Amino acid sequence: MSRLPQAYYSPAALLSRAVSRRAALRGLGALVIGVQLPLRARAQATASPAGTGLFAPNAFVRVGADDTVTIVSKHIEFGQGPWTGLATIAAEEMDADWSKVRAEHAPSDAKLYANLAFGTLQGTGGSSAIANSYEQMRKAGASARAMLVTAAARQWQVPETEISVAAGVITHQKSGRSGRFGAFAAAASRLPVPKDPPLKDAAGFRLIGRDHSVRRLDSAEKSNGQAMFTLDQRLPGMLTVVLARPPRFGGVAAQVDDAAARAVHGVVDVKRVPTGVAVYAENTWAALQGRKALRITWDETRAEKRGTDELLAEYRLLSKQPGLSAGMHGDPKAVFARGGQMLEAEYIFPYLAHGPMEPLDGCLSWEGDTAVIRMGSQIQTGDHGTIAATLGIPMEKVQIHTLLAGGSFGRRGQANSHFAAELAEVSKAINRSRPVKLMWTREDDLQGGYYRPMVVHRMRAAIENGAIAAWSSTVVTQSFLKGSPFEAMIQNGLDPTSVEGASELPYELPNFSCELHSPAVGVPTLWWRSVGHSHTGYAVETFIDELLEKTGKDPVAGRLELMGKQPRAAGVLRAVAKAANWTGPGPVSGRARGCAVVESFGSYVAQIAEVSMGESGEPIVHKVWCAVDCGVAVNPDVIRAQMEGGVGYGLGHALFAAVPLRDGVPTVSNFNNYRSLRINEMPEVEVVIVPSTEKPSGVGEPGVPPVAPAVGNALARLGKGRVRQLPFVTPKTVEKSV
Amino acid sequence: MKIKVNGQEREIDAAPDMPLLWALRDIIGLTGTKFGCGVAQCGACTVWMNGRPLRSCAMPVQAVGDSEITTIEGIGAVAARESQAVQREWAALDVPQCGYCQSGQVMSAVALLRINPKPTDRDIDLAMNGNICRCATYVRIRQAIKTASDSLASGAASGGAA
Repeated sequence: MSRLPQAYYSPAALLSRAVSRRAALRGLGALVIGVQLPLRARAQATASPAGTGLFAPNAFVRVGADDTVTIVSKHIEFGQGPWTGLATIAAEEMDADWSKVRAEHAPSDAKLYANLAFGTLQGTGGSSAIANSYEQMRKAGASARAMLVTAAARQWQVPETEISVAAGVITHQKSGRSGRFGAFAAAASRLPVPKDPPLKDAAGFRLIGRDHSVRRLDSAEKSNGQAMFTLDQRLPGMLTVVLARPPRFGGVAAQVDDAAARAVHGVVDVKRVPTGVAVYAENTWAALQGRKALRITWDETRAEKRGTDELLAEYRLLSKQPGLSAGMHGDPKAVFARGGQMLEAEYIFPYLAHGPMEPLDGCLSWEGDTAVIRMGSQIQTGDHGTIAATLGIPMEKVQIHTLLAGGSFGRRGQANSHFAAELAEVSKAINRSRPVKLMWTREDDLQGGYYRPMVVHRMRAAIENGAIAAWSSTVVTQSFLKGSPFEAMIQNGLDPTSVEGASELPYELPNFSCELHSPAVGVPTLWWRSVGHSHTGYAVETFIDELLEKTGKDPVAGRLELMGKQPRAAGVLRAVAKAANWTGPGPVSGRARGCAVVESFGSYVAQIAEVSMGESGEPIVHKVWCAVDCGVAVNPDVIRAQMEGGVGYGLGHALFAAVPLRDGVPTVSNFNNYRSLRINEMPEVEVVIVPSTEKPSGVGEPGVPPVAPAVGNALARLGKGRVRQLPFVTPKTVEKSV
Repeated sequence: MKIKVNGQEREIDAAPDMPLLWALRDIIGLTGTKFGCGVAQCGACTVWMNGRPLRSCAMPVQAVGDSEITTIEGIGAVAARESQAVQREWAALDVPQCGYCQSGQVMSAVALLRINPKPTDRDIDLAMNGNICRCATYVRIRQAIKTASDSLASGAASGGAA
């Protein structure tokens, strides 16, 4: 899948090339506060209008003469709330006036803006934004506050200890003097940055963890059409570019007849690039019409021609064979050999597209010999290095301006930066002559690969004396890390993202094993919101549910009995059962309930779904209760929103979504056949945030995995049997019931 | 050809089959209306034609004629009370996540409240089910329509910076 030389692919290698050219080599993390903002980064950081007398004590905070506090977010904001979250943390320690707080995206600079959970890489993913930024942003805010206080103290000639700060106002009670941040910004900017500014005690938090203390920073502009996304960028002379891509993955253009395409009014050029044939036009419609007019024959010698039916047959065979061990304790084989009561189940999960509402897009323009990119870059370091390598220029000659993006769900964070590479190729092919805006259409998005892989789980359990005596599972799925810059995450051939949630269970079972097969398939795949948990959550939580039913246990009480070593998982399960007033799965008056608990990315989420069958043969999910333990809850309302959204995203895909391939060709093309949840299908959602003083963990993904199994478990009580293949609804399902 | 957008007559040089969406975004430069699917399935491209919601991706610009087109940028002038209420509640409830579908959602919601000031859940379903939100902000969309409706009913529709 990778099209660039190996040397350019390793983020560590990219970074060391960049770092060796820097004058000062600094470590990351705790030393950020002490780093003088390099000139280039400072120039980029002032991309948005700012007052004079700028006070910028570190890479994350700026205070203007007009009292504005600008938080520089190293994490891309694509709906999951880091702008608001990071700003809340810094504003808390600064005692800032929230109405004066703004956020903007950081430039691409892994030295200053690395995700501390990733190492030397700037990027967003794994629901890690708040977790890795919490202490960092606290220090950044505390530092700024300390310096403003010192500046005020010096100006007023009073002891610092007599100064207080609240909601952006610095006060010396004794003398009655006060002033806002802007009044001291210039003076503060001349002071040394403190190494270890004192942090607040959590008991004193006014913003963090308090409902109604803050509103999202981006809501207003997203409600009135003012928020600018990549597709909205307009530069003088810009060409809009769309690519014709091979119908099968691995195909290449053999013959291209572009005469008709060039004749379309507004089409300026047609060029071959590694991933297809690019049409450049003065406007989007002309580009699309030009692309339609291309006549291309594709060389498919190297293309993946298997369809999902053939792959499924292969996967099912593999699932019956021993694989790589992903986890084991006890001796399940010995228990199975005893030949007692057994349960076996095979689970089948389809390829899924992420389908962000804004399909992939990016702009590349030239300022002298510097390439300026504007896009919703999710892994900036990877994109940055890839663009530099593709264009054959140094990293310093590439600037990435990260923009607000219309969703990602993982799609914008590519392990191999394929989109950034394609964008660079498109510019290169016309010799940098004009700015380009490359866009994917919805068809491109749904048919262009990088899917959540197809998966088969084969599960087996033994019941002895009314309890689960052994549990084994074999997982068959493609590894999207293999061959990518993130390959180092694969240990001893085992891709952990394929089995997370299945290789370790929250349940105490005496004998356990999990094995993995990673077949090679020519369909590009990628992490999809909640990654491995998107399928292991379903397999595990429906299988345990079935086992508990067979052993006469209540779904909630039965799980709790096995969660002795998992107090946080037990905690959310108890909390959700209480919220839903759980008295059993039902059915009662045609409605049944199912529960599920999944820990992912450090956060624990339990959900209960209440479901009935609709007349059309489709399940109706009336309500989902959700309990979440994500450690310190920085923005409770953002957490709630992410749970609501996670439920909707997980539910919609579990109900309706699949990307089948026929002879290697995706058979869906748009939202008419890749069905997406609509408002009338969205359940009521009630969220309980379990109070915690643990370190904050993420919420972008953890709301997704439990909903599908909760619904599946409810359906099992409605006489529908145990659903073991997703999506729940297919054209056949509806036909059957009519 | 000439089309009327947000109360202004605009001369546009576009192929007659160019969808109105692209004339608005690329030719006129009004980028508040978004592209999501191109086949009238997702509603991100929703504008008003003579005050009624229209999927602009499926309307060739030559068919606009002398209709009045209103985009998200222009609803404040045409439906001040309803748009202020909706946009205020959208921000108060932090409805948007990624925000990309929200121009279309707001266009559909404001249109609904103009013709039906007290919509039921079913009314909301029918008016809004053409607008997909991949972030699934539907719980808050529904809630915000209701609180906007309440505020319009009680006459508390002033001071509404969006």
